[in-house]
Amino acid sequence: MSQRETLNGKLPGGAFLGRALHRIGLRGRGLVIAIPVLWLFLFFLLPFLVVAKISLSEAAIARPPYLPLWNWDDGFLNITLNFGNYLFLFDDPLYLSAYIESVKIAAVSTVITLLVGYPMAYLIARSAPDTRNILLMLVILPFWTSFLLRVYAWIGFLKGNGIINNILMKIGLINEPLVMLQTDFAVYIGIVYTYLPFMILPLFANLVKLDQSYLEASADLGARPITTFFTVTLPLSASGIIAGCMLVFIPAVGEFVIPALLGGPDTLMIGRVLWNEFFSNRDWPIASAVAIVMLVVLVIPIMLLRKAQAAEAEVQ
Amino acid sequence: MGQQSRFLKIVALLGFVFLYAPIVSLVIFSFNESKLVTVWGGFSTKWYAELFRDPQILEAAWVSIKIALISATLAIVIGTVGSFVLIRFKKFRTKGLLSMMITAPLVMPEVIIGLSLLLLFVAMQGLIGWPGGRGMLTIIIAHSTFGAAYAAVVIQSRLVDMDLSIEEAAQDLGARPVRVFFGVTLPVMAPALLSGWLLVFTLSLDDLVIASFVSGPGASTLPMVVFSKVRLGVSPDVNALATIIIGIVSLGIIAAALEISRSKKHGAER
Repeated sequence: MSQRETLNGKLPGGAFLGRALHRIGLRGRGLVIAIPVLWLFLFFLLPFLVVAKISLSEAAIARPPYLPLWNWDDGFLNITLNFGNYLFLFDDPLYLSAYIESVKIAAVSTVITLLVGYPMAYLIARSAPDTRNILLMLVILPFWTSFLLRVYAWIGFLKGNGIINNILMKIGLINEPLVMLQTDFAVYIGIVYTYLPFMILPLFANLVKLDQSYLEASADLGARPITTFFTVTLPLSASGIIAGCMLVFIPAVGEFVIPALLGGPDTLMIGRVLWNEFFSNRDWPIASAVAIVMLVVLVIPIMLLRKAQAAEAEVQ
Repeated sequence: MGQQSRFLKIVALLGFVFLYAPIVSLVIFSFNESKLVTVWGGFSTKWYAELFRDPQILEAAWVSIKIALISATLAIVIGTVGSFVLIRFKKFRTKGLLSMMITAPLVMPEVIIGLSLLLLFVAMQGLIGWPGGRGMLTIIIAHSTFGAAYAAVVIQSRLVDMDLSIEEAAQDLGARPVRVFFGVTLPVMAPALLSGWLLVFTLSLDDLVIASFVSGPGASTLPMVVFSKVRLGVSPDVNALATIIIGIVSLGIIAAALEISRSKKHGAER
Protein backbone atom coordinates (compact mmCIF):
# COMPACT_ATOMS: atom_id res chain seq x y z
CA MET A 1 0.00 0.00 0.00
CA SER A 2 2.67 2.46 1.09
CA GLN A 3 4.74 1.49 -1.92
CA ARG A 4 1.92 2.38 -4.26
CA GLU A 5 1.56 5.77 -2.65
CA THR A 6 5.21 6.58 -3.11
CA LEU A 7 4.97 5.39 -6.68
CA ASN A 8 2.08 7.73 -7.32
CA GLY A 9 3.92 10.48 -5.51
CA LYS A 10 6.91 10.06 -7.77
CA LEU A 11 4.86 10.09 -10.91
CA PRO A 12 2.31 12.86 -10.59
CA GLY A 13 1.49 12.60 -14.28
CA GLY A 14 0.81 8.90 -13.99
CA ALA A 15 -2.79 9.19 -12.91
CA PHE A 16 -3.53 11.78 -15.58
CA LEU A 17 -1.94 9.67 -18.30
CA GLY A 18 -3.90 6.67 -17.13
CA ARG A 19 -7.18 8.54 -17.33
CA ALA A 20 -6.34 9.94 -20.77
CA LEU A 21 -5.54 6.48 -22.15
CA HIS A 22 -8.68 5.15 -20.55
CA ARG A 23 -10.74 7.77 -22.29
CA ILE A 24 -9.51 6.76 -25.75
CA GLY A 25 -10.43 3.18 -24.96
CA LEU A 26 -6.99 1.78 -24.21
CA ARG A 27 -7.00 0.12 -20.84
CA GLY A 28 -4.11 -1.76 -19.31
CA ARG A 29 -4.83 -5.00 -21.11
CA GLY A 30 -5.35 -3.47 -24.54
CA LEU A 31 -2.24 -1.36 -24.12
CA VAL A 32 -0.11 -4.37 -23.26
CA ILE A 33 -1.43 -6.27 -26.28
CA ALA A 34 -0.87 -3.24 -28.51
CA ILE A 35 2.90 -3.05 -27.91
CA PRO A 36 3.95 -6.27 -29.69
CA VAL A 37 1.07 -6.23 -32.18
CA LEU A 38 1.80 -2.71 -33.41
CA TRP A 39 5.57 -3.18 -33.50
CA LEU A 40 5.39 -6.42 -35.47
CA PHE A 41 2.67 -5.11 -37.76
CA LEU A 42 4.69 -2.03 -38.57
CA PHE A 43 8.09 -3.67 -38.98
CA PHE A 44 7.23 -7.17 -40.14
CA LEU A 45 3.86 -7.35 -41.91
CA LEU A 46 3.62 -3.90 -43.47
CA PRO A 47 7.03 -4.26 -45.21
CA PHE A 48 5.66 -7.22 -47.20
CA LEU A 49 2.82 -5.09 -48.50
CA VAL A 50 5.38 -2.48 -49.54
CA VAL A 51 7.39 -5.17 -51.36
CA ALA A 52 4.24 -6.38 -53.12
CA LYS A 53 3.45 -2.82 -54.14
CA ILE A 54 6.91 -2.04 -55.47
CA SER A 55 7.02 -5.34 -57.37
CA LEU A 56 4.17 -3.91 -59.46
CA SER A 57 5.81 -0.58 -60.19
CA GLU A 58 8.14 0.44 -62.95
CA ALA A 59 11.87 0.89 -62.47
CA ALA A 60 13.17 4.39 -63.10
CA ILE A 61 16.34 6.36 -62.71
CA ALA A 62 15.21 8.34 -59.72
CA ARG A 63 15.38 8.39 -55.94
CA PRO A 64 13.92 5.99 -54.92
CA PRO A 65 14.45 4.11 -58.20
CA TYR A 66 10.84 3.29 -59.10
CA LEU A 67 7.76 5.14 -60.31
CA PRO A 68 4.70 5.61 -58.07
CA LEU A 69 1.76 3.25 -58.56
CA TRP A 70 -0.87 5.98 -58.53
CA ASN A 71 -1.05 9.69 -59.18
CA TRP A 72 -3.70 12.41 -59.40
CA ASP A 73 -4.12 13.96 -62.79
CA ASP A 74 -6.82 16.60 -63.32
CA GLY A 75 -9.14 14.93 -60.86
CA PHE A 76 -8.43 11.47 -62.28
CA LEU A 77 -6.79 8.84 -60.13
CA ASN A 78 -4.38 6.95 -62.35
CA ILE A 79 -3.27 3.58 -61.13
CA THR A 80 -0.53 1.90 -63.10
CA LEU A 81 0.05 -1.75 -62.29
CA ASN A 82 3.11 -3.09 -64.01
CA PHE A 83 3.08 -6.87 -64.26
CA GLY A 84 6.08 -6.67 -66.53
CA ASN A 85 8.45 -7.51 -63.67
CA TYR A 86 6.77 -10.87 -63.15
CA LEU A 87 6.52 -11.58 -66.88
CA PHE A 88 10.22 -10.75 -67.13
CA LEU A 89 11.02 -13.28 -64.37
CA PHE A 90 9.28 -16.07 -66.28
CA ASP A 91 10.65 -14.94 -69.61
CA ASP A 92 14.30 -14.80 -68.68
CA PRO A 93 15.66 -18.35 -68.19
CA LEU A 94 18.15 -16.99 -65.64
CA TYR A 95 15.50 -16.51 -62.95
CA LEU A 96 13.65 -19.75 -63.57
CA SER A 97 16.86 -21.78 -63.43
CA ALA A 98 17.93 -19.90 -60.29
CA TYR A 99 14.68 -20.89 -58.57
CA ILE A 100 15.02 -24.52 -59.67
CA GLU A 101 18.71 -24.60 -58.72
CA SER A 102 17.96 -23.13 -55.25
CA VAL A 103 15.21 -25.64 -54.54
CA LYS A 104 17.43 -28.49 -55.78
CA ILE A 105 20.46 -27.44 -53.72
CA ALA A 106 18.29 -26.86 -50.63
CA ALA A 107 16.52 -30.22 -51.04
CA VAL A 108 19.69 -32.26 -51.53
CA SER A 109 21.37 -30.52 -48.58
CA THR A 110 18.31 -31.17 -46.44
CA VAL A 111 18.44 -34.91 -47.19
CA ILE A 112 22.17 -35.05 -46.40
CA THR A 113 21.61 -33.08 -43.18
CA LEU A 114 18.89 -35.56 -42.18
CA LEU A 115 21.15 -38.54 -42.86
CA VAL A 116 23.93 -37.02 -40.73
CA GLY A 117 21.66 -35.52 -38.08
CA TYR A 118 19.32 -38.44 -37.39
CA PRO A 119 21.92 -40.85 -36.00
CA MET A 120 23.40 -38.03 -33.92
CA ALA A 121 20.01 -37.04 -32.50
CA TYR A 122 19.17 -40.70 -31.86
CA LEU A 123 22.41 -41.32 -29.98
CA ILE A 124 22.01 -38.15 -27.90
CA ALA A 125 18.42 -39.06 -27.01
CA ARG A 126 19.48 -42.57 -25.96
CA SER A 127 22.47 -41.60 -23.81
CA ALA A 128 22.50 -41.16 -20.03
CA PRO A 129 21.16 -37.76 -18.85
CA ASP A 130 24.60 -36.37 -17.91
CA THR A 131 26.23 -37.29 -21.22
CA ARG A 132 23.11 -36.15 -22.99
CA ASN A 133 23.42 -32.60 -21.67
CA ILE A 134 27.07 -32.37 -22.65
CA LEU A 135 26.39 -33.70 -26.15
CA LEU A 136 23.46 -31.31 -26.60
CA MET A 137 25.66 -28.42 -25.54
CA LEU A 138 28.25 -29.51 -28.10
CA VAL A 139 25.57 -29.36 -30.79
CA ILE A 140 24.37 -25.90 -29.77
CA LEU A 141 27.79 -24.34 -29.12
CA PRO A 142 28.76 -23.70 -32.78
CA PHE A 143 25.48 -21.87 -33.21
CA TRP A 144 26.77 -19.25 -30.75
CA THR A 145 29.93 -18.52 -32.70
CA SER A 146 29.75 -16.39 -35.80
CA PHE A 147 28.02 -18.03 -38.75
CA LEU A 148 29.98 -15.90 -41.21
CA LEU A 149 33.30 -16.93 -39.68
CA ARG A 150 32.34 -20.61 -39.65
CA VAL A 151 31.52 -20.45 -43.36
CA TYR A 152 34.81 -18.62 -43.86
CA ALA A 153 36.63 -21.48 -42.14
CA TRP A 154 35.56 -23.80 -44.95
CA ILE A 155 37.40 -21.68 -47.50
CA GLY A 156 40.63 -22.68 -45.74
CA PHE A 157 39.57 -26.34 -45.84
CA LEU A 158 38.40 -26.54 -49.42
CA LYS A 159 40.64 -24.29 -51.47
CA GLY A 160 43.34 -25.48 -53.86
CA ASN A 161 46.20 -25.27 -51.36
CA GLY A 162 43.79 -25.79 -48.48
CA ILE A 163 43.86 -28.21 -45.57
CA ILE A 164 42.03 -31.13 -47.24
CA ASN A 165 44.16 -31.02 -50.38
CA ASN A 166 47.35 -30.70 -48.32
CA ILE A 167 46.47 -33.79 -46.29
CA LEU A 168 45.39 -35.86 -49.30
CA MET A 169 48.57 -34.97 -51.20
CA LYS A 170 50.81 -35.68 -48.22
CA ILE A 171 49.44 -39.21 -47.79
CA GLY A 172 49.74 -39.67 -51.55
CA LEU A 173 46.09 -40.25 -52.33
CA ILE A 174 46.08 -37.58 -55.02
CA ASN A 175 48.82 -35.93 -57.05
CA GLU A 176 47.01 -32.78 -58.04
CA PRO A 177 44.81 -30.66 -55.80
CA LEU A 178 41.08 -31.32 -56.16
CA VAL A 179 38.91 -28.39 -57.18
CA MET A 180 36.39 -28.09 -54.35
CA LEU A 181 36.02 -24.40 -53.57
CA GLN A 182 33.67 -22.44 -55.84
CA THR A 183 31.67 -25.54 -56.77
CA ASP A 184 28.19 -26.76 -55.87
CA PHE A 185 29.89 -29.37 -53.68
CA ALA A 186 31.26 -26.61 -51.44
CA VAL A 187 27.78 -25.06 -51.19
CA TYR A 188 26.32 -28.43 -50.09
CA ILE A 189 29.00 -28.76 -47.42
CA GLY A 190 28.40 -25.21 -46.24
CA ILE A 191 24.63 -25.66 -45.91
CA VAL A 192 24.84 -29.06 -44.20
CA TYR A 193 27.47 -27.72 -41.82
CA THR A 194 25.61 -24.53 -40.95
CA TYR A 195 22.16 -26.02 -40.51
CA LEU A 196 23.02 -29.35 -38.83
CA PRO A 197 22.03 -28.06 -35.35
CA PHE A 198 18.63 -26.98 -36.73
CA MET A 199 18.07 -30.60 -37.79
CA ILE A 200 19.40 -32.27 -34.65
CA LEU A 201 17.47 -30.22 -32.08
CA PRO A 202 13.86 -30.93 -33.22
CA LEU A 203 14.78 -34.56 -33.93
CA PHE A 204 16.24 -34.89 -30.46
CA ALA A 205 13.18 -33.26 -28.87
CA ASN A 206 11.05 -35.85 -30.63
CA LEU A 207 13.22 -38.94 -30.06
CA VAL A 208 13.77 -38.24 -26.38
CA LYS A 209 10.02 -38.63 -25.81
CA LEU A 210 9.86 -41.95 -27.64
CA ASP A 211 8.35 -44.53 -25.33
CA GLN A 212 10.96 -47.26 -24.82
CA SER A 213 8.25 -49.87 -24.23
CA TYR A 214 7.22 -49.76 -27.92
CA LEU A 215 10.73 -50.79 -28.89
CA GLU A 216 10.73 -53.55 -26.28
CA ALA A 217 7.34 -54.77 -27.44
CA SER A 218 8.58 -54.90 -31.01
CA ALA A 219 11.70 -56.80 -29.96
CA ASP A 220 9.61 -59.22 -27.86
CA LEU A 221 7.51 -59.96 -30.91
CA GLY A 222 10.68 -61.02 -32.67
CA ALA A 223 11.49 -57.98 -34.81
CA ARG A 224 15.16 -57.35 -35.52
CA PRO A 225 16.49 -53.95 -34.41
CA ILE A 226 16.60 -52.74 -38.01
CA THR A 227 12.96 -53.76 -38.57
CA THR A 228 11.93 -52.07 -35.33
CA PHE A 229 13.70 -48.92 -36.46
CA PHE A 230 11.91 -48.74 -39.79
CA THR A 231 8.47 -49.82 -38.55
CA VAL A 232 8.33 -48.17 -35.11
CA THR A 233 10.96 -45.49 -34.46
CA LEU A 234 10.96 -43.83 -37.86
CA PRO A 235 7.16 -43.45 -38.24
CA LEU A 236 6.84 -42.18 -34.66
CA SER A 237 9.45 -39.49 -35.29
CA ALA A 238 7.80 -38.30 -38.53
CA SER A 239 6.76 -34.89 -37.22
CA GLY A 240 10.26 -34.30 -35.80
CA ILE A 241 11.75 -35.22 -39.17
CA ILE A 242 9.42 -32.83 -41.03
CA ALA A 243 10.11 -29.99 -38.57
CA GLY A 244 13.89 -30.47 -38.82
CA CYS A 245 13.84 -30.77 -42.62
CA MET A 246 11.78 -27.61 -43.07
CA LEU A 247 13.99 -25.67 -40.63
CA VAL A 248 16.90 -26.53 -42.93
CA PHE A 249 15.15 -26.30 -46.28
CA ILE A 250 13.41 -22.92 -45.89
CA PRO A 251 16.42 -20.76 -45.00
CA ALA A 252 18.63 -22.75 -47.39
CA VAL A 253 16.46 -21.78 -50.38
CA GLY A 254 17.06 -18.08 -49.72
CA GLU A 255 20.68 -18.47 -48.59
CA PHE A 256 23.07 -15.75 -49.71
CA VAL A 257 26.31 -15.95 -47.71
CA ILE A 258 27.12 -19.62 -48.41
CA PRO A 259 26.79 -19.49 -52.23
CA ALA A 260 28.53 -16.10 -52.26
CA LEU A 261 31.58 -17.34 -50.33
CA LEU A 262 31.81 -21.03 -51.25
CA GLY A 263 29.96 -21.28 -54.57
CA GLY A 264 31.33 -20.58 -58.00
CA PRO A 265 30.17 -17.87 -60.37
CA ASP A 266 27.74 -20.35 -61.95
CA THR A 267 26.16 -21.39 -58.63
CA LEU A 268 22.93 -19.54 -59.15
CA MET A 269 20.86 -19.33 -56.02
CA ILE A 270 17.88 -17.08 -55.79
CA GLY A 271 19.07 -15.24 -52.67
CA ARG A 272 22.18 -14.27 -54.56
CA VAL A 273 20.17 -13.18 -57.62
CA LEU A 274 17.99 -10.97 -55.41
CA TRP A 275 21.09 -9.47 -53.80
CA ASN A 276 22.65 -8.67 -57.17
CA GLU A 277 19.44 -7.19 -58.58
CA PHE A 278 19.28 -4.94 -55.58
CA PHE A 279 22.89 -3.96 -54.95
CA SER A 280 24.49 -4.21 -58.41
CA ASN A 281 21.65 -3.48 -60.84
CA ARG A 282 19.72 -1.24 -58.43
CA ASP A 283 16.51 -2.64 -59.93
CA TRP A 284 14.23 -2.53 -56.89
CA PRO A 285 11.00 -3.60 -58.64
CA ILE A 286 12.65 -6.75 -60.06
CA ALA A 287 14.24 -7.53 -56.69
CA SER A 288 10.80 -7.18 -55.09
CA ALA A 289 9.20 -9.48 -57.67
CA VAL A 290 11.98 -12.03 -57.04
CA ALA A 291 11.19 -11.84 -53.30
CA ILE A 292 7.45 -12.27 -53.80
CA VAL A 293 7.91 -15.34 -56.01
CA MET A 294 10.36 -16.77 -53.46
CA LEU A 295 7.69 -16.35 -50.76
CA VAL A 296 5.17 -18.18 -52.94
CA VAL A 297 7.66 -21.03 -53.41
CA LEU A 298 8.10 -21.21 -49.62
CA VAL A 299 4.40 -21.18 -48.68
CA ILE A 300 4.01 -24.97 -48.74
CA PRO A 301 7.20 -25.70 -46.75
CA ILE A 302 6.20 -23.09 -44.16
CA MET A 303 2.74 -24.64 -43.80
CA LEU A 304 4.31 -28.09 -43.44
CA LEU A 305 6.58 -26.73 -40.70
CA ARG A 306 3.69 -25.18 -38.77
CA LYS A 307 1.74 -28.42 -38.96
CA ALA A 308 4.68 -30.49 -37.76
CA GLN A 309 5.35 -28.08 -34.90
CA ALA A 310 1.71 -28.18 -33.85
CA ALA A 311 1.82 -32.01 -33.87
CA GLU A 312 4.98 -31.91 -31.75
CA ALA A 313 3.39 -29.54 -29.24
CA GLU A 314 0.39 -31.84 -28.94
CA VAL A 315 2.57 -34.82 -27.98
CA GLN A 316 4.14 -32.76 -25.23
CA MET B 1 22.48 -54.45 -30.75
CA GLY B 2 26.15 -53.89 -29.92
CA GLN B 3 26.98 -53.55 -33.58
CA GLN B 4 24.15 -51.10 -34.05
CA SER B 5 25.26 -48.83 -31.23
CA ARG B 6 28.88 -48.93 -32.43
CA PHE B 7 27.69 -47.78 -35.86
CA LEU B 8 25.74 -44.97 -34.21
CA LYS B 9 28.73 -43.90 -32.15
CA ILE B 10 31.01 -43.77 -35.19
CA VAL B 11 28.50 -41.67 -37.16
CA ALA B 12 27.97 -39.33 -34.22
CA LEU B 13 31.71 -38.99 -33.66
CA LEU B 14 32.23 -38.11 -37.33
CA GLY B 15 29.37 -35.64 -37.01
CA PHE B 16 31.01 -33.87 -34.11
CA VAL B 17 34.38 -33.82 -35.90
CA PHE B 18 32.57 -32.24 -38.87
CA LEU B 19 31.05 -29.60 -36.56
CA TYR B 20 34.28 -28.72 -34.77
CA ALA B 21 37.14 -29.20 -37.25
CA PRO B 22 36.56 -25.84 -38.98
CA ILE B 23 36.37 -24.02 -35.67
CA VAL B 24 39.57 -25.65 -34.40
CA SER B 25 41.36 -24.85 -37.65
CA LEU B 26 40.36 -21.18 -37.38
CA VAL B 27 41.95 -21.00 -33.95
CA ILE B 28 45.14 -22.87 -34.89
CA PHE B 29 45.86 -20.82 -37.99
CA SER B 30 45.26 -17.54 -36.21
CA PHE B 31 48.64 -18.19 -34.53
CA ASN B 32 50.35 -18.87 -37.83
CA GLU B 33 53.42 -16.85 -38.78
CA SER B 34 52.80 -17.31 -42.52
CA LYS B 35 50.29 -15.25 -44.43
CA LEU B 36 49.15 -18.43 -46.19
CA VAL B 37 46.38 -19.37 -43.85
CA THR B 38 46.64 -23.11 -44.46
CA VAL B 39 50.41 -23.66 -44.39
CA TRP B 40 52.06 -23.67 -40.99
CA GLY B 41 54.97 -21.24 -40.77
CA GLY B 42 55.64 -21.15 -37.03
CA PHE B 43 53.93 -19.67 -34.00
CA SER B 44 53.17 -15.97 -33.96
CA THR B 45 50.66 -13.55 -32.48
CA LYS B 46 51.32 -10.86 -35.05
CA TRP B 47 47.84 -11.13 -36.63
CA TYR B 48 46.30 -10.15 -33.32
CA ALA B 49 48.48 -7.04 -33.25
CA GLU B 50 47.46 -6.31 -36.82
CA LEU B 51 43.80 -6.74 -35.95
CA PHE B 52 44.02 -4.20 -33.14
CA ARG B 53 45.80 -1.73 -35.40
CA ASP B 54 43.04 -1.86 -38.02
CA PRO B 55 40.84 1.18 -37.37
CA GLN B 56 38.14 -0.02 -39.78
CA ILE B 57 37.65 -3.28 -37.86
CA LEU B 58 37.72 -1.60 -34.45
CA GLU B 59 35.23 1.04 -35.53
CA ALA B 60 32.90 -1.57 -37.04
CA ALA B 61 33.17 -3.76 -33.95
CA TRP B 62 32.12 -0.85 -31.76
CA VAL B 63 29.15 -0.05 -34.03
CA SER B 64 28.11 -3.71 -33.97
CA ILE B 65 28.34 -3.96 -30.18
CA LYS B 66 26.23 -0.84 -29.68
CA ILE B 67 23.61 -2.12 -32.12
CA ALA B 68 23.56 -5.55 -30.49
CA LEU B 69 23.19 -4.15 -26.95
CA ILE B 70 20.20 -1.98 -27.84
CA SER B 71 18.58 -4.52 -30.19
CA ALA B 72 18.80 -7.36 -27.67
CA THR B 73 17.19 -5.21 -24.98
CA LEU B 74 14.37 -4.03 -27.24
CA ALA B 75 13.82 -7.55 -28.58
CA ILE B 76 13.50 -8.91 -25.05
CA VAL B 77 10.88 -6.30 -24.17
CA ILE B 78 8.81 -7.03 -27.30
CA GLY B 79 9.37 -10.78 -27.02
CA THR B 80 8.44 -10.89 -23.33
CA VAL B 81 5.28 -8.83 -23.69
CA GLY B 82 4.32 -10.76 -26.82
CA SER B 83 4.84 -14.19 -25.22
CA PHE B 84 3.12 -13.18 -22.01
CA VAL B 85 0.09 -11.88 -23.86
CA LEU B 86 -0.09 -14.98 -26.06
CA ILE B 87 0.17 -17.48 -23.24
CA ARG B 88 -1.57 -15.81 -20.30
CA PHE B 89 -4.27 -13.66 -21.86
CA LYS B 90 -7.53 -15.25 -22.86
CA LYS B 91 -8.79 -14.82 -26.39
CA PHE B 92 -8.36 -11.41 -27.97
CA ARG B 93 -8.99 -10.21 -31.49
CA THR B 94 -5.42 -10.01 -32.74
CA LYS B 95 -4.20 -13.20 -31.04
CA GLY B 96 -3.91 -15.27 -34.23
CA LEU B 97 -2.21 -12.41 -36.03
CA LEU B 98 0.28 -11.85 -33.21
CA SER B 99 1.11 -15.54 -32.97
CA MET B 100 1.77 -15.62 -36.72
CA MET B 101 3.82 -12.43 -36.75
CA ILE B 102 6.01 -13.46 -33.84
CA THR B 103 6.97 -16.87 -35.26
CA ALA B 104 7.19 -16.01 -38.96
CA PRO B 105 10.52 -14.12 -38.84
CA LEU B 106 12.16 -17.38 -37.68
CA VAL B 107 11.54 -19.07 -41.02
CA MET B 108 11.74 -16.07 -43.33
CA PRO B 109 14.85 -15.96 -45.54
CA GLU B 110 17.09 -13.09 -44.48
CA VAL B 111 17.21 -11.52 -47.94
CA ILE B 112 13.43 -11.07 -47.85
CA ILE B 113 13.40 -9.55 -44.35
CA GLY B 114 16.22 -7.20 -45.31
CA LEU B 115 14.71 -6.09 -48.61
CA SER B 116 11.20 -5.62 -47.22
CA LEU B 117 12.36 -3.53 -44.26
CA LEU B 118 14.54 -1.37 -46.46
CA LEU B 119 11.66 -0.68 -48.83
CA LEU B 120 9.46 0.18 -45.84
CA PHE B 121 12.04 2.65 -44.50
CA VAL B 122 12.38 4.29 -47.91
CA ALA B 123 8.60 4.56 -48.30
CA MET B 124 8.21 5.99 -44.78
CA GLN B 125 10.99 8.44 -45.43
CA GLY B 126 9.06 9.72 -48.44
CA LEU B 127 5.74 9.87 -46.60
CA ILE B 128 6.56 11.19 -43.13
CA GLY B 129 10.25 12.01 -43.24
CA TRP B 130 11.18 9.34 -40.71
CA PRO B 131 13.53 7.49 -39.90
CA GLY B 132 15.74 10.20 -41.36
CA GLY B 133 18.27 8.28 -43.40
CA ARG B 134 19.63 4.81 -42.93
CA GLY B 135 22.18 3.75 -40.40
CA MET B 136 22.33 2.49 -36.83
CA LEU B 137 18.68 3.27 -36.06
CA THR B 138 17.32 1.27 -38.99
CA ILE B 139 19.63 -1.67 -38.20
CA ILE B 140 18.46 -1.60 -34.57
CA ILE B 141 14.80 -1.67 -35.63
CA ALA B 142 15.46 -4.59 -37.99
CA HIS B 143 17.45 -6.58 -35.43
CA SER B 144 14.96 -6.05 -32.61
CA THR B 145 12.16 -7.25 -34.86
CA PHE B 146 13.67 -10.58 -35.86
CA GLY B 147 15.35 -10.83 -32.45
CA ALA B 148 11.94 -10.62 -30.75
CA ALA B 149 10.95 -13.80 -32.59
CA TYR B 150 13.96 -15.71 -31.22
CA ALA B 151 13.48 -14.22 -27.75
CA ALA B 152 9.81 -15.26 -27.81
CA VAL B 153 10.74 -18.91 -28.47
CA VAL B 154 12.99 -19.02 -25.40
CA ILE B 155 10.58 -17.08 -23.19
CA GLN B 156 7.43 -18.95 -24.26
CA SER B 157 8.88 -22.33 -23.36
CA ARG B 158 9.69 -20.98 -19.88
CA LEU B 159 6.25 -19.42 -19.44
CA VAL B 160 4.52 -22.67 -20.37
CA ASP B 161 6.54 -24.61 -17.79
CA MET B 162 6.07 -22.02 -15.07
CA ASP B 163 4.12 -22.91 -11.95
CA LEU B 164 0.97 -20.77 -11.95
CA SER B 165 0.34 -21.17 -8.23
CA ILE B 166 2.89 -18.52 -7.16
CA GLU B 167 1.23 -15.91 -9.32
CA GLU B 168 -2.16 -16.96 -8.05
CA ALA B 169 -0.93 -16.69 -4.47
CA ALA B 170 0.27 -13.14 -5.09
CA GLN B 171 -3.07 -12.30 -6.67
CA ASP B 172 -4.95 -13.79 -3.71
CA LEU B 173 -2.87 -11.63 -1.40
CA GLY B 174 -4.23 -8.61 -3.23
CA ALA B 175 -1.44 -7.71 -5.67
CA ARG B 176 -2.60 -6.00 -8.83
CA PRO B 177 -1.76 -7.65 -12.20
CA VAL B 178 1.09 -5.21 -12.94
CA ARG B 179 2.57 -5.85 -9.50
CA VAL B 180 2.26 -9.64 -9.95
CA PHE B 181 4.02 -9.40 -13.30
CA PHE B 182 6.96 -7.31 -12.08
CA GLY B 183 7.16 -8.86 -8.62
CA VAL B 184 6.63 -12.55 -9.38
CA THR B 185 6.51 -13.49 -13.07
CA LEU B 186 9.51 -11.49 -14.23
CA PRO B 187 11.95 -12.68 -11.52
CA VAL B 188 10.96 -16.31 -12.13
CA MET B 189 11.54 -15.82 -15.84
CA ALA B 190 14.90 -14.10 -15.33
CA PRO B 191 17.08 -17.00 -16.56
CA ALA B 192 15.02 -17.30 -19.74
CA LEU B 193 15.23 -13.54 -20.26
CA LEU B 194 19.00 -13.66 -19.86
CA SER B 195 19.49 -16.52 -22.29
CA GLY B 196 17.08 -14.90 -24.75
CA TRP B 197 18.98 -11.62 -24.46
CA LEU B 198 22.31 -13.35 -25.08
CA LEU B 199 20.89 -15.19 -28.07
CA VAL B 200 19.60 -12.00 -29.71
CA PHE B 201 22.85 -10.19 -28.86
CA THR B 202 24.82 -12.92 -30.66
CA LEU B 203 22.49 -13.01 -33.66
CA SER B 204 22.63 -9.23 -34.01
CA LEU B 205 26.43 -9.23 -33.77
CA ASP B 206 26.54 -11.89 -36.48
CA ASP B 207 24.01 -10.63 -39.00
CA LEU B 208 25.36 -9.67 -42.41
CA VAL B 209 22.43 -9.86 -44.83
CA ILE B 210 19.75 -7.81 -43.07
CA ALA B 211 22.22 -5.17 -41.92
CA SER B 212 23.60 -4.79 -45.46
CA PHE B 213 20.13 -4.03 -46.78
CA VAL B 214 18.94 -1.57 -44.15
CA SER B 215 22.24 0.16 -43.43
CA GLY B 216 23.32 3.30 -45.16
CA PRO B 217 26.71 4.78 -45.89
CA GLY B 218 28.64 5.48 -42.71
CA ALA B 219 27.27 2.63 -40.60
CA SER B 220 29.28 -0.50 -41.38
CA THR B 221 28.88 -3.36 -38.96
CA LEU B 222 31.59 -5.89 -38.17
CA PRO B 223 30.11 -8.65 -40.38
CA MET B 224 29.93 -6.21 -43.29
CA VAL B 225 33.63 -5.35 -42.95
CA VAL B 226 34.59 -9.01 -42.46
CA PHE B 227 32.54 -10.06 -45.48
CA SER B 228 34.18 -7.55 -47.79
CA LYS B 229 37.63 -8.69 -46.53
CA VAL B 230 36.82 -12.40 -46.83
CA ARG B 231 35.39 -12.03 -50.32
CA LEU B 232 38.87 -11.16 -51.53
CA GLY B 233 40.28 -14.37 -50.01
CA VAL B 234 41.42 -15.69 -46.66
CA SER B 235 43.23 -13.31 -44.37
CA PRO B 236 44.83 -14.32 -41.07
CA ASP B 237 43.60 -11.33 -39.08
CA VAL B 238 40.05 -12.59 -39.66
CA ASN B 239 41.20 -15.84 -38.03
CA ALA B 240 42.46 -13.82 -35.07
CA LEU B 241 39.09 -12.09 -34.81
CA ALA B 242 37.31 -15.45 -34.98
CA THR B 243 39.52 -16.82 -32.21
CA ILE B 244 38.67 -13.90 -29.94
CA ILE B 245 34.94 -14.41 -30.53
CA ILE B 246 35.22 -18.18 -29.97
CA GLY B 247 37.18 -17.51 -26.77
CA ILE B 248 34.54 -15.15 -25.39
CA VAL B 249 31.71 -17.54 -26.28
CA SER B 250 33.47 -20.53 -24.71
CA LEU B 251 34.16 -18.60 -21.50
CA GLY B 252 30.50 -17.58 -21.36
CA ILE B 253 29.29 -21.15 -21.89
CA ILE B 254 31.68 -22.55 -19.27
CA ALA B 255 30.55 -19.89 -16.77
CA ALA B 256 26.91 -20.73 -17.49
CA ALA B 257 27.55 -24.47 -17.10
CA LEU B 258 29.37 -23.93 -13.77
CA GLU B 259 26.57 -21.71 -12.53
CA ILE B 260 23.96 -24.30 -13.46
CA SER B 261 25.80 -27.17 -11.75
CA ARG B 262 26.45 -24.98 -8.68
CA SER B 263 22.80 -24.04 -8.32
CA LYS B 264 21.81 -27.68 -8.84
CA LYS B 265 24.13 -28.75 -6.00
CA HIS B 266 22.80 -25.92 -3.88
CA GLY B 267 19.27 -27.14 -4.51
CA ALA B 268 20.22 -30.73 -3.67
CA GLU B 269 21.78 -29.73 -0.34
CA ARG B 270 18.61 -28.03 0.70
